[in-house]
Amino acid sequence: MSEHVLAIEDLTVTIGTRRGPARAVAGVDWSVRPGETLALVGESGSGKSMSVLAATGLAPRSARVTGRVRLLGTELTELPEARRRRLRGRHVGFVFQDPMTSLNPVLTVGRQVAEAGEEHLGLTRRAARSRAVELLDLVGIPSAAQRVDAYPHQFSGGMRQRVVIAMALICEPDLLIADEPTTALDVTTQAQIVELVADLQRRLGTAVVWITHDLGVVAGIADTVAVMYAGRILEQGPVDAVFGAPSHPYTSALLAARPDPAAGGGDLVTIAGAPPNPLDLPPGCAFWPRCPVRGDARCEHELPPLVPVSAGHQVRTFYPRRVDEEAQ
Amino acid sequence: MARFVIRRLLQSAVVLLGVTVVVFLLLQLVPGDPVRVALGTRFDPQTYEALRARAGLDQPLVVQYVNYLGRALTGDLGVSFRSGRPVTTIVLERLPATLSLAVTAVLFAVLIAFPLGIVSAIRSGSLIDHAARVFSQVGVSVPDFWMGIMGILLFAGVLGWLPPSGYVALTEDPAGWASHVALPAATVGLVTASILTRFIRSSMLEVLSEDYVRTAEAKGLRTRVVVLRHVLRNALIPVVTVVAVQLASLLGGVIVIEVLFAWPGIGRLTYDAVQARDYPVLQGAVLLVAALFLLVNLLVDILYARLDPRITVK
Repeated sequence: MSEHVLAIEDLTVTIGTRRGPARAVAGVDWSVRPGETLALVGESGSGKSMSVLAATGLAPRSARVTGRVRLLGTELTELPEARRRRLRGRHVGFVFQDPMTSLNPVLTVGRQVAEAGEEHLGLTRRAARSRAVELLDLVGIPSAAQRVDAYPHQFSGGMRQRVVIAMALICEPDLLIADEPTTALDVTTQAQIVELVADLQRRLGTAVVWITHDLGVVAGIADTVAVMYAGRILEQGPVDAVFGAPSHPYTSALLAARPDPAAGGGDLVTIAGAPPNPLDLPPGCAFWPRCPVRGDARCEHELPPLVPVSAGHQVRTFYPRRVDEEAQ
Repeated sequence: MARFVIRRLLQSAVVLLGVTVVVFLLLQLVPGDPVRVALGTRFDPQTYEALRARAGLDQPLVVQYVNYLGRALTGDLGVSFRSGRPVTTIVLERLPATLSLAVTAVLFAVLIAFPLGIVSAIRSGSLIDHAARVFSQVGVSVPDFWMGIMGILLFAGVLGWLPPSGYVALTEDPAGWASHVALPAATVGLVTASILTRFIRSSMLEVLSEDYVRTAEAKGLRTRVVVLRHVLRNALIPVVTVVAVQLASLLGGVIVIEVLFAWPGIGRLTYDAVQARDYPVLQGAVLLVAALFLLVNLLVDILYARLDPRITVK
């Protein structure tokens, strides 16, 4: 267990709102090993981003976080913020959703890439700058030596996201958090960014937590996947196992809702209903009101435990879909 | 940058020309005959006509304006009806008093408003934040002349630390200047500080919620670096305008405060010129204020381009 880069256990995040506490993440466990890619998937508001932000100390001030978070063997939750900040900057890199807003408009990209190097690696300003040039080159920014002094608005969205990736990698982190890094980009650029991250990961051996709702990306690059819904993990395990034999009705529904270009036109499959209100979560399975299986009263009133279905593959339902049923 | 400055200077010149037209015409609309006022009880028709002719007031408006403009371009803004001295001299004499008061007041305001606004935004909802908000509410609401009177009563009357009014030139006696400028500058500065504190607070709060601030935090930068390098620099951009507008309006002379503290600045001069219907002096004062306003705006534009790299490119 100790070889995990990041492991979170029983993580719960409650956010204080005007209308009372909203439970964004409820007792989540996941972990990622060196060089491995974990995909967190789920609808907006399912707690996938919040679990990562809270684990690394970036949750909003109104959030109350409980649980255990171990980064490279160090328990983060017991650390004072100053130490947590240093560990975060040194060992975890972040790539956020929208490169148009995640870069500071008044600082040069070089400065923004370099500053974490100055802070955590003790590089001089000049050394950090030349390191920034190397990284901009590494992430595929043409004539990086000149572009290092340009400002974010002089770059396209895809190029900006490359800058953000360079920024995340300057300290050669053990873990890269990619929070829907392709959502704000056009489709061709999306593929380039996914390919870039996968390539860098192979070369640098970085572990990646990839937050997304693009199941195609998950299938392409992830080793393990955790499907989240209303703050809980409903199913997790190796990608092949989860996608090959989805055991939770929600996972099956998500996979079925993927548009299939081969099938041509026709209506898109959707999951009826909407996720529950985080201010007023049901006592039982949060997916029950939308569930196509809709077991019995137990589902409505009792929280199903996370149970193993095969090696490393767990599912939170009273009615796991069996692989043998699938075969029939 | 040089081209930008030249372009803005030319634009300023055009605006200034417009100001001369407006000032010239507005004063024609003001009721009351300056020559009659100047003569007072010594009025007789012959002297009256002679004086009017000497001042060029018997000629058509357009001719009067062109003459005025022509002389103004050579630095001759006419002669005071009241004292007979050149307007240019009179106006420039008053400039140091107003400049030193305005700059001191703005410095005072900035020194209070920046720390207060920044801390108040970072610790929003804290005791300091509430105190800052009460301070700025009071500062904006209480009339400056009342604050000035209270200041005089307290610091000049009860405590006897500062002179109640008057002016000493900075170049003659810096210590004397400082003791005289303290009360009026603090009075004006407090109002400015209240406005600025609010503005800095809200500007900071807005920037604090930006994605790039979260990016900076994600990099593990120290709070001080995040606030100073990432938040403040962006929050400053709109604040610069407010500081400049405040400075420019103070350069126009704070009439009530200058009268209250017997401060011989542009505001006091304007007040006296209006009282005496001393048109040339009034024109000169307004023109100077407009020129200062344009200059401050030009400086702000240059500062803007330095603060926000997106501006020169556009």
